[in-house]
Amino acid sequence: MGITVRHLRKTYDGFRALDDVSVEVPDGSLTALLGPSGSGKSTLLQAIAGLEAPDSGEVLIDGQIANALPPRERHVGFVFQHYAAFKHMTVRDNVGFGLRVRKRPKAEIRVRVDELLHLVQLDGYAERYPAQLSGGQRQRMALARALAVEPRVLLLDEPFGALDARVREELRGWLRRLHDEVHVTTVLVTHDQEEAMEIASRIVVMNQGRVEQSGTPTELYEHPATEFVMSFVGKVNRVGDAYIRPHEVVICSPDRDDCLPATVDRAVMLGFDNRIELTLQGGERVWAQVTRQEMARLTPFPGQVVGVDLSRRRRPGAAEAASTSPEGAAIAAAGAIRRDRHPE
Amino acid sequence: MTSRYALRAIALGYLGLLVAGPVAMMLWATFSGGVASVWEAIARPAFLHALWLTLLIAAIVVPLNTLFGILCALVVVRHDVRGKRLLSALLDLPLGVSPVVVGLALVIVYGRRGAFGGWLAEHGVRVIFALPGMVLATLFVCIPFVAREVIPVLREIGTEQEQAARTLGASDWQIFRLITLPAIRAGVGFGVVLTAARALGEYGAVAIVSGRLTGRTETLTIHVEERFLAFDMTGAYAASLVLAALALTIFFAMHARRPAPRGGR
Repeated sequence: MGITVRHLRKTYDGFRALDDVSVEVPDGSLTALLGPSGSGKSTLLQAIAGLEAPDSGEVLIDGQIANALPPRERHVGFVFQHYAAFKHMTVRDNVGFGLRVRKRPKAEIRVRVDELLHLVQLDGYAERYPAQLSGGQRQRMALARALAVEPRVLLLDEPFGALDARVREELRGWLRRLHDEVHVTTVLVTHDQEEAMEIASRIVVMNQGRVEQSGTPTELYEHPATEFVMSFVGKVNRVGDAYIRPHEVVICSPDRDDCLPATVDRAVMLGFDNRIELTLQGGERVWAQVTRQEMARLTPFPGQVVGVDLSRRRRPGAAEAASTSPEGAAIAAAGAIRRDRHPE
Repeated sequence: MTSRYALRAIALGYLGLLVAGPVAMMLWATFSGGVASVWEAIARPAFLHALWLTLLIAAIVVPLNTLFGILCALVVVRHDVRGKRLLSALLDLPLGVSPVVVGLALVIVYGRRGAFGGWLAEHGVRVIFALPGMVLATLFVCIPFVAREVIPVLREIGTEQEQAARTLGASDWQIFRLITLPAIRAGVGFGVVLTAARALGEYGAVAIVSGRLTGRTETLTIHVEERFLAFDMTGAYAASLVLAALALTIFFAMHARRPAPRGGR
């Protein structure tokens, strides 16, 4: 079931949490709301769930205006950053809670809970208490609990935010596979651009209560509409008033005409991708992302004078500055058309 | 090592001197006249009536104050209303005001010449020198206990579990019964113990509003004093022992019921 949000506004004590936000979440998609803290992404999620009432604007779930509906009638599943596990209940009672308050027969609840525990790989944990589970297990339990009531929409509020890096990575892949299996429309709130890029099929970038841009991960990365999106999605160097991705910085011979002279400050080996930090003649600093092979070929050392080709630098929202190839122009044009389709 | 033992000795010695010693002495003094005289003292109608009255007052006060204590705690923590700070301050007032003052205040309001008491008397309702006044006095002095135990627990558990229950389709009543109440159970239990102990042991406020009519408005604590003033030491000690035994029973019953604490989120 798709979600449409139209011109949503919400103010807390003069702070504009949502400032005329319009978002489209296609049916069956996994959409990420991406932004720094205070950007309004969590408020938007709570407004969709009915946990926060917007000052104005509309929330449509499955084409119907849901503003007046209490959370229990919206058929949404909500997963909280800190799990919100019912501490005094076993895993089984946690997962079965939504069915219990709907007065479903006990036998049916039992069967359904067992199915869900299998789905989230917690078979055999039914009689434990949340305190006896790891963080990752608790979050999977919370997910099973949200799925138990067969929600039309699954809302995840920084679901992996409280977990350590390794478990987070594991759960991302797991969530992606789960979504392919269950196909429920899912909205995920995150401040981690890597997480959004990895899991989501669509990303809505938010900043200061507004939508900066929405689109597929590729669209956002290749054709950022604003400076904010450019710097928030993917890594970036700033050169004058233009931007360039580190992997687009090409190290070349200093005496080539199309290259600017620069001095190597530091070369860092990280495994597959490596970084070379440079200072341009004007004093500006950039870094280049290079492969292992290139690192071996270049053998950079601090103080070495090299050339850098920054011809792919561009201004966000504008066609690539120095791109004259037909291919580049075509991509830029496609980007412009896409932006027209998403006037946010 | 030695300092640790010294610390324990000080703690135990302090409690021994102030609590265990006098209690043991009282036990010894009670039975020094023989078991028969103790039996005689607690078989007396005045004592039995005092015991019954004390239990009756506790039986009215504890459930009422538990209910309203939880209600007040919910308003103070969960609701964003004007006058919340005033409510919070009022909850603490009985701790700061001497019970004697509470008793006098009730007499002023509900006494026969009082603002409200005259009207009530015309309608045949007696508050002062009767059970309603004693219940009111005990209610007043017991107000803070449940709310003060529950408020920090409510703050600590936060609203996430309740919100989660809401999105899962629970009604307000279901959320309270299935999520909030179990989470604050330990706090409520401790508040109930404190309320019961205070209700059984209250003297000052009740003494003023009761009029100390033996066999009619005499609670156990007043009975103890009345016996003491009548030079009936065995009677006074026996009644005191029964009071202490009641308090201990409630205390242990609550401790036994409390589940072992579970850690983690």
